Amino acid sequence: MQTLYAFFIAPFAEFSFMQRALAGSLMLSLGACPTGVFLMLRRMSLAGDAMAHAILPGAAAGFLLYGLDILPMTVGGLVAGMVVALGAGAVSRFTVQREDASMAAFYLISLALGVLLVSVRGSSVDLMHVLFGTVLALNDAALLLIGGITAITLLALSVFWRALVAECLDPLFLRSVSRWGSPVHFIFLALVVINLVGGFQALGTLLSVGLMVLPAAAARFWTSRVEMMCALAVGIGFAACIAGLLMSYHAALPSGPAIILSAGIIYLASILLGPRGALRSRIGAHRHRTA
Amino acid sequence: MPKCFQAALALAVITLSAIASPPALAERLKVVATFTVIADMAKNVGGDRVEITTLVGPNGDTHVYEPRPADVVAMAKADVVLVNGLHFEGFLERLIETSATKGRIVELTRGITPIAFEPDGLSGKGEDHQDHDHAAREGGGARGHHDHDAADPHAFQSIPNAQIYVKNIADAFCAADRPGCAEYRRKASAYTETLKSLDAEIRAAVAQIPADRRVVITSHDAFGYLAHEYGLTFLAPAGLSTDAEPSAAHVAVLVRQIQQEKAAAVFLENIANPRLIEQIAAETGVKVGGMLYSDSLSEKDGPAPTYIDMIRNNITQIKGAILGS
Repeated sequence: MQTLYAFFIAPFAEFSFMQRALAGSLMLSLGACPTGVFLMLRRMSLAGDAMAHAILPGAAAGFLLYGLDILPMTVGGLVAGMVVALGAGAVSRFTVQREDASMAAFYLISLALGVLLVSVRGSSVDLMHVLFGTVLALNDAALLLIGGITAITLLALSVFWRALVAECLDPLFLRSVSRWGSPVHFIFLALVVINLVGGFQALGTLLSVGLMVLPAAAARFWTSRVEMMCALAVGIGFAACIAGLLMSYHAALPSGPAIILSAGIIYLASILLGPRGALRSRIGAHRHRTA
Repeated sequence: MPKCFQAALALAVITLSAIASPPALAERLKVVATFTVIADMAKNVGGDRVEITTLVGPNGDTHVYEPRPADVVAMAKADVVLVNGLHFEGFLERLIETSATKGRIVELTRGITPIAFEPDGLSGKGEDHQDHDHAAREGGGARGHHDHDAADPHAFQSIPNAQIYVKNIADAFCAADRPGCAEYRRKASAYTETLKSLDAEIRAAVAQIPADRRVVITSHDAFGYLAHEYGLTFLAPAGLSTDAEPSAAHVAVLVRQIQQEKAAAVFLENIANPRLIEQIAAETGVKVGGMLYSDSLSEKDGPAPTYIDMIRNNITQIKGAILGS
């Protein structure tokens, strides 16, 4: 009992930075994991990574104009991310070009602009380091930011749930029966951007993209129902955050990578063990499954 | 690296003895300084006779700097290249090769007594190693040093070392520009006098801090020489590199250490992630001090536009934070 307490509870009880890290990463999981499920269902998992680069010019501009303040950098990152996401979405909606190509084009433009802004300043301060925080250093502003983003995300998901599911499965159908087709797509992209930007400012690049993509990808192997998949993704996200922080504390590993690696291990286990994974779908091939 | 320096040195000697005629007065000595601190020293020694190009500008991080084409041009045209040495400038080796500079490359840390990186018994040996390996690889790695005793390159943080820098600069300028030699020597000794009085001023300031309260925390482990010279203790949360991501364990160790050793103040440094420092300060209740300048000077209107201002700013901040908290 004593050892269990020392292992699991004591780190969080003794240090407030651990409590903050836990609170911040759990809140982020709550919003980012379901968003990641939809991202995956729309086959846009890699878009998260592209967005990571796309927000650079906005965040850099915020930093150069206002210094190291979380609000201008977040707003700048949001604006840049939105421009890229909406621009790419619009091109794919209104021209023949597919979303992957337009997203790649827009994020490259944005990235180049970001590097340009950083370089114009003359000094090569490691801006990535300044712009993106670490989960161990969450101050009140960062926690508030994450909380706000999570609230907005959950609200938007619950309001637009049916439209989002329909949009994922058959966008043409949705557009033919409802005028919400295009707006829902953009609302969804906006959700992706705010979750990523919030994560970058507070937790670091790797952590925010990783928390969005990996739990969703792991959950896919366990269920085919979207509601279950979202709940499961959140659960996996929670487990990864707790395991990662404990690993970081006990084994002296950097915390961002530790959390993402925990999620990665769950993902690999899911590939092998999940009902829709590699082993079980071979063994249980006679069972009827609905896609 | 030494091989390359030898080659460059030999080349410089040959060129100089072959020409044997000093540059005309109108032609100013072209000097490249790798970063702001030594550029400022060179300005004090060279005055109007030299034209200084600084590669890494104010507030820049020399460890991770990536040279621009303009830097290559400046290097290629330089008569004298002033570098810190001790693997401080990771980009230097490649830049020297690319620019094929014929200028004399002068390592200003020559003649100082290097001290080893001190991780202060916390902040993970692993990270230190990484950084040393990195530095060794970047710099050509021919120093023959073992990982454990790789030297701290931030020697300029101690004023007696700065006097050696100044002497090395004067020697280099004299070798490259004989007619100006007397002037360089005169300026150098005047500047050295100023440095000596600064040194006395710093020692007096430190003496006013009670001995058991001379413990401060910064996010960048660049103050080894300052600590060594003036009897201060610096603790750092993330080893000496600015780019290692700290683990929860390191932060926890640091928090406990601050509480046990009663560190008096925490400092934001001009180039590292300050949020972590703020978090640790909030956790332990110690005071957050102002900005310390470690690897670079500030802009002209900032608090540390010259080397002397930098040292004075740092010690004022440290003393103020410790005595004020």
